[in-house]
Order: sequence, then structure tokens, then C-alpha cells
Amino acid sequence: MRARVMEPEIWRKSDGKRAVAPNVDDRERWISGAAGAGMILYGAGRRGITGLGLALLGVGLLYQTATGHNPLYSAMGIRLTRTTSGRQRIEVIKSMTINRPPDELYRYWRDVRNFPRFMTHLESVSMLDEKRSHWKAKGPAGMTVEWDAEIVNEKENALIAWESCEGSDVQHWGVIRFVPAPGDRGTEVTVELEYRPVAGSFGAAVAKLFGEEPGQQLEEDLRRFKYIMETGEVPTTTGQPRGR
Amino acid sequence: MKAVCWYGTRDVRVETVPDPKIINPHDAIIKTSLTAICGSDLHLYGGYNPSMQAGDILGHEFMGEVVEVGRETKALKPGDRVVVPFAIACGRCFYCTRQLWSLCDNTNPNAWMAEELYEDTTAGLFGYSHLFGGYAGGQAEYVRVPFADVGAMIVPADVPDEHVLFLSDILPTGYMAAENCGIQPGDTVAVWGCGPVGQFAIQSAAMLGASRVIAIDRFPDRLEKARRFGHADTVNYLEVDDVVDALREMTGGRGPDACIDAVGMEAHGTTLAAWYDHVKQTMWLESDRPIALREAIQACRKGGTVSIPGVYSGLIDKIPFGTAFSKGLTFKMGQTHVHRYMRLLLERVQSGAIDPSCIITHRLRLDDAPHAYQMFLEKEDGCLKVVLKPGTA
Repeated sequence: MRARVMEPEIWRKSDGKRAVAPNVDDRERWISGAAGAGMILYGAGRRGITGLGLALLGVGLLYQTATGHNPLYSAMGIRLTRTTSGRQRIEVIKSMTINRPPDELYRYWRDVRNFPRFMTHLESVSMLDEKRSHWKAKGPAGMTVEWDAEIVNEKENALIAWESCEGSDVQHWGVIRFVPAPGDRGTEVTVELEYRPVAGSFGAAVAKLFGEEPGQQLEEDLRRFKYIMETGEVPTTTGQPRGR
Repeated sequence: MKAVCWYGTRDVRVETVPDPKIINPHDAIIKTSLTAICGSDLHLYGGYNPSMQAGDILGHEFMGEVVEVGRETKALKPGDRVVVPFAIACGRCFYCTRQLWSLCDNTNPNAWMAEELYEDTTAGLFGYSHLFGGYAGGQAEYVRVPFADVGAMIVPADVPDEHVLFLSDILPTGYMAAENCGIQPGDTVAVWGCGPVGQFAIQSAAMLGASRVIAIDRFPDRLEKARRFGHADTVNYLEVDDVVDALREMTGGRGPDACIDAVGMEAHGTTLAAWYDHVKQTMWLESDRPIALREAIQACRKGGTVSIPGVYSGLIDKIPFGTAFSKGLTFKMGQTHVHRYMRLLLERVQSGAIDPSCIITHRLRLDDAPHAYQMFLEKEDGCLKVVLKPGTA
């Protein structure tokens, strides 16, 4: 595991087939296969327009089983990666150009105590030692989710990679890169995040519909990071007057 | 405080709402001395923007006195008299540092919404729907101004409010429209729409050296103002068969060197195409009615420039792009980078080169806003520009 994150290039598929790569996990593939076959049989029995619709939907589910690819998920930006050990994860990548030099951005990001300022789902992050930190996040229904993370690779002013420690509730792996942008444009900041969602690829799709999928969260977090680094504040209208 | 709030299509009301307070460190609170209704407010009034919410405070043209500042606001202090640009700009991002203030990266809290619709976000705007940040607007007794150091410009005491107010939007907007034409000596500039922005575009084009300005509208009183204050020749499109042909004839068959569409998405016309757009927009099959834009493209001389200060919001149909391509036209457009022009234009106002108050037709109380919107929309009583003064009985 650690060796993988130590060499982040392993994350990238070299075969260039990412666009059609599977994005449905194995469990969901088998469930959709069974459901698809059932719907075709039931739909054929019913006849009429409803029957035809059900049968077509069944064909779609069988396609998903056969290919492991759901076009709706890819439209939603859900990607699945498979590690060398065969485990399946959701992968999200976001990029943003920030009009500040790489070293300044690196220093701010390296101090994990700054994270709650722009990652709004976090309550606090505290340092355990030079590499390890303890995270507290707001979970559903007022619960608190906690985990430890460890920085496993860093190149000054260029890259920080981290992963959740053994036994964490939220298993994830992340890397942020700081690359000088061309001309006088600041820094291209790219975050790659992999995580194992609680309810697989289907769970990620549902979460995304409700705006709680980590890819969306990551984009807004990164945007707030940019706001703070460029201006020192996050724009808001919360608390302003309005008519009833 | 009292504020003009939007409640639905053709439904604005003056409500009592809480006073604004400092929220962010770069904020200031302004006590409004004078505010105005902009032609673009009529797009909201007419219900063309689906991201309005009942209770939103309208208005993006305002000025007044600083009454409170946030802890990071250094250039302003209570008591300063200021005018505020309609777009909110951070002053630090790639766009602000290149004078592209209305494209600021860091002031729209609903950037995701703008990205869904326009692929990227613009600056936040005062009182102009949630798509542009949902900021409470300036048709109110008090306004919270984010990044006040960057935007609000201190104005000298000896320049009256009515000469200062329009530096917030329409004077720079008309000026930028003319500047975007790249006017050379001998140029003829045609301006569609003789509303407030059109009037200032006409006056600015003359100021920037155009030999001749041709103004196009259907309201005789507006055309009269274009003649009187902008020394323009005028075309009433109700009185000619074809605006494009008329412009050709007036320019020795060449067409105007530059064309300004100061009308935008709610254009009116008498042609079959105009009727077609009206039907499509009513049925929500097309968001904007680009009648003026089509004519501008058709009329413009080869190699000329089409400058578009009129607001467009979405999709437009049947744009003669082949005409634009084969004539090698240049297009310039977008929300005005007000910050870039305020100081320069204040000097022009002080020197007497422009008297912005010439467009004001109605001076009313804030309480009169519902009537004023109605009147401005219907162009009743020669209404060209309404200013609203808070705190008057």
C-alpha cells in the first residue's frame, strides 16, 4: 500500500483506456446482472409499452454487468480504479490555478491545522507528530467521524501525499501537486483523491445526487483554498438582509 | 432599513428588512445617498432570470457615505463619500491584476452555479440574482460592500450626487462599448438602443474621435436626446423599411466602421425574425432575442468591430455567423470592467466634458420603486432614467 503512494505515478493508467474503464464495482455488477435478466423476462411477459421499457432497462443493466461501465456514472464523473492488490476504489481529480507562488501554497497546505478553514466538513485537524495527524469531521445526523492520516511522501514546494492510517473509518489516499503555471499565472494545483465509499459505486452516485460526493466536496474545498490564498477571505452572503 | 425587494415577475415591493452588517474583513457598510434603476434590472423585473429568489434586494447603481469598515479595509473610513462599481472585484486574482475586474475569480459565492451555466464564473454582482452571487443590492438605505478598498472610489465633495452616481455602471459601460470599437479618425459608429447606456456610448464615441455617430431607436424622445447631447444622426427603425439598408445608404454603401448593440437580450423589432424571436422566447425555446445583434452584424463594414454592452444571458438563434466570418468582423463584449474607468471618467465629469445627469428623467423616493419599475418597463412618461433617493418623505 505504502509503496503505491510513494510512487504516485502508479496511480495513472498507462494504457490510455481510462475513458472506458470500469466504473461499477463487482458487487453492483452482479446485482445489476440479476436485476437486468429479471426485468427482461418480466417485461417480455407484460408486453405493451411498459413491458418494452422494462426490457430495455434490463438490457441496459446487462450491458453494465458485461462491461462494468455505467455511462450515467461517467457522466457524473465517477471513476473506479483497481489497485495492484485488486481492491476497488473511487478516484477523483480536481485542478485549479491559484495566483500565488508554489512555496506559499505548499507551506499553507503542509500545516494540516489550516484545513478546517477551507474544508468545511472538518471540525478540527491536530498534529500528532511531524507526519501524522488526527482528523475530526462532521458526519451525518450530528455524528463525528474521526481518523488518523499520515504524510507518506513529500517534495518541498511540489508535492504532498498522504493516506489514512490502518483501521480508519474513512479509508482514503491523496496527493496534491503544486506546479508553476506558465507565464505570470501562479500555480496549477492538482488534488487526486482515492477512497473506498461505504456503499460502493452506487453509493457514490447517490451521494453525488445529494451534493455530498467527495469529488464535489473536493472542488469546493479547493476553491475555498484559492479564495483564502488569493484574498484572505471566503466570499459569502450568509448573514446579509433580505425581504421575507 | 427600507429596501426594494423582488418577489416575482413584475412584483417588486419596498420592505423593511434588517440593516446589513460587516461579515468579511474587507467589507464596508455604505449609507445610500442616491441609487438608480438600470435597464438590466428590467430583465429581472420581467422574470427572465430563473435564479432570483423572493425577497432578494435589487439594485447595482448606488453611492453614499461609508458608515462602518471591516478590520482589513484600510483605504476607506467612516464619513468618506463613495461611488461603488456594480461588479465586486477582489483586486488580487489573475483577472483583477490584468484589469479584467468583472471577470474576478473570487467574489461569486455561487461560482458552481455560474460554472454549470457558463463554464466559468464571473465576478459577483450587487442585486443581480444568485447566479451572480446573490448579493443584496443597492436599492436600499444601507448596503454591505465586499472588497470595499478595491471597488468604492472616494469622490470630492464639490461634485453633486447626480454627476457621480452613474460612474457605478452605465457611464463606464457606454464608454467601454465605445472604447471597444477601436475608433480611428474618420470612423462612423452606429449605436442600437438609445437608453442610458446607448446615450453614454454615443457621447463616448464622439469623445473618442468618431467623425459621425448614428443612433437607432424607436422612441422619438430618446432619439432627440441622442441628437441633442451626442450630436448623433438618428434612424427611427419604425420609419424605415430596413435598418441595414438605411445605414448602408448613410455610409456610401460601406456600412458603419463599428456597431454597438446597446440593446441586448430583450430587443424589439418589426421584422419577421423579430416576431419569431418573441414567440420562441415566450415559449422558453430561446433565452434571448438578438434582433439588434443580427442587424449590427449585417450592417457593419468589412473588417469592422461589433461591440456588445447589451446583456445576453443564454442561447440565441439564427445569428448570421457566415456573414460575420466572411466580413472578418471583430467582436468585443462582456460585463464592464468599471474599476478601470471610474477615475478617468470622474475627471471627464469634473472637466465638464460629460454631464451624466442629462439622462435623468425621474427623481423619486425609494418608496416609489414599484411604480418606477412599471413606468420604466412601459417607457411611460418619457421615462429614460429613474434615480431613487432614500430617506426622503
